[in-house]
Amino acid sequence: MGLYEISLATVVGINIILAVSLNLITGYCGQISLGHAAFYGIGAYTAALLAKIGWPIYLTLGAGFCLAGIVGAVIGLTSLRVREDFLAIVTMGVAFLFVGIVRQQDFLGGEMGISGIPSPGMTKPAYLCLVLILALLAILFSWYVKRSWMGYAFDAVADDEQTAKTLGLDVKSYKITAFAMGTAMAGLAGGLYAYYTRFIIPDAFGFIQSITILSMVAVGGIGSIFGVVLATVFLSLMPEIFRFINDYKLLLYGILLFSVMRFAPDGLAGFYKLLYKKRNLR
Amino acid sequence: MTAILLAESVTVKFGGLTALDNVHFSVEEGEFLSLIGPNGAGKTTLLNAITGVVAPVSASLKLGGNDISNLPTYKRIRMGLALTHQIVRPFTSMTVLENVAFAAGFKKVKRILSSLVTFNRMPEKKKAAQFLEVVGIDKYRDQEVSKLPLGVLKRLEVARALAVEPKILLLDEPLAGLNSQEAGKLADTIKGISKQGMTIVMIEHNLSEVLRISDRLHVLDNGRDLAEGEPKSVMKMPQVRAAYLGG
Repeated sequence: MGLYEISLATVVGINIILAVSLNLITGYCGQISLGHAAFYGIGAYTAALLAKIGWPIYLTLGAGFCLAGIVGAVIGLTSLRVREDFLAIVTMGVAFLFVGIVRQQDFLGGEMGISGIPSPGMTKPAYLCLVLILALLAILFSWYVKRSWMGYAFDAVADDEQTAKTLGLDVKSYKITAFAMGTAMAGLAGGLYAYYTRFIIPDAFGFIQSITILSMVAVGGIGSIFGVVLATVFLSLMPEIFRFINDYKLLLYGILLFSVMRFAPDGLAGFYKLLYKKRNLR
Repeated sequence: MTAILLAESVTVKFGGLTALDNVHFSVEEGEFLSLIGPNGAGKTTLLNAITGVVAPVSASLKLGGNDISNLPTYKRIRMGLALTHQIVRPFTSMTVLENVAFAAGFKKVKRILSSLVTFNRMPEKKKAAQFLEVVGIDKYRDQEVSKLPLGVLKRLEVARALAVEPKILLLDEPLAGLNSQEAGKLADTIKGISKQGMTIVMIEHNLSEVLRISDRLHVLDNGRDLAEGEPKSVMKMPQVRAAYLGG
């Protein structure tokens, strides 16, 4: 593998963690979030600042993970008051709020961002391995959650909150937990991203990034780990492979998001199920 | 016999509209009580106030001697209430069996951290299968709920409510939308559950079935208590006839 491929694979790995983390919130627990990149940013800024004052990588990543999770749990509280479309708008507000605040803070580098982030202290292939191992852990964790009774409870909340309540489920705690887990994982992805680029600016964590993550989840099939990972790999690599697409990346994501929602709400996972069923019918 | 559920001075307002006005309502242990009244009388609102889905202006609610007036819905359910919905609300991503098994696993999802390390769903599935048999829909157990007829879904609501092992079963129009044959059968099933010792409160408009299976009636009209007592004598009361027939 050349340096280019290694760098590409690292981005794919980080995106997988991001998409899988949003899938926990939106796919499993049914809570839409249009501000996921804010937590990605919280993780990145936390790791970057701490790395610059000399903290070792495992502590900076851990701090980003925790801080994003704590802020995520607080934002999760809003999901107790508003639902669906309204929750989408509130979380969209979070996305803008994050960029707005970061831009105004000198200690966060303002518009110029933070540069000169120390290297992770390992070679690029080794860093890729770290990212891929963490991505694999993220996938395994979400697969594990799906099979547990917590995953069962998330299914119930996603299907019908009110009914889940009348069956004795403490819906509030489950929603906040989903937010905390998903946003903490996004924070981890942010930390990994900071070490990867070693230069971060507020716009990298803006609304557009949030929509990009949501596209990966939606195109893959909301709630399906396999579909989401596949879509993430595909959507991350496509603009690189077909260079001319890069300029129209957003347009393409928009079209994909629209087409999936309109024609195939179950995404790639839905296609797979459809094929599987047809084969069974024969 | 003692009152297992006691609701006193329940008042519910939706904006300027008084949906329930100082209603008093009690259920004896093991009793089959039907809650009847014309449309808009406040029957569903009363059940919702009891389960905490609707917040009353004032109410004193006691379940088995414990005050539940200030508890959130899920805690009231855990203390022994179960509710079926007038308009069926199955979990659409689950099969019939999974719907009931989830309800049967209410203890496993009680604590959030332990729910993350609990996997075995077999005991709940076995229990769920038994509840499906009780309501007579066990042959649909592995089907997706989206393709099932209303009669099955109405029974699924009952099975799911039974699965949380309640002391009192609150049924909101379980027979609505069913044809007379289906309604008669489901009424028999519910009566059977009652005979096993379950306390039941049922809202129902199908008066012939109500009179056939209830022990006692409680009549609401315009958000107020109108009458209560033994079914046949209640139906003879002039104020009840007036509420139903106009007068």
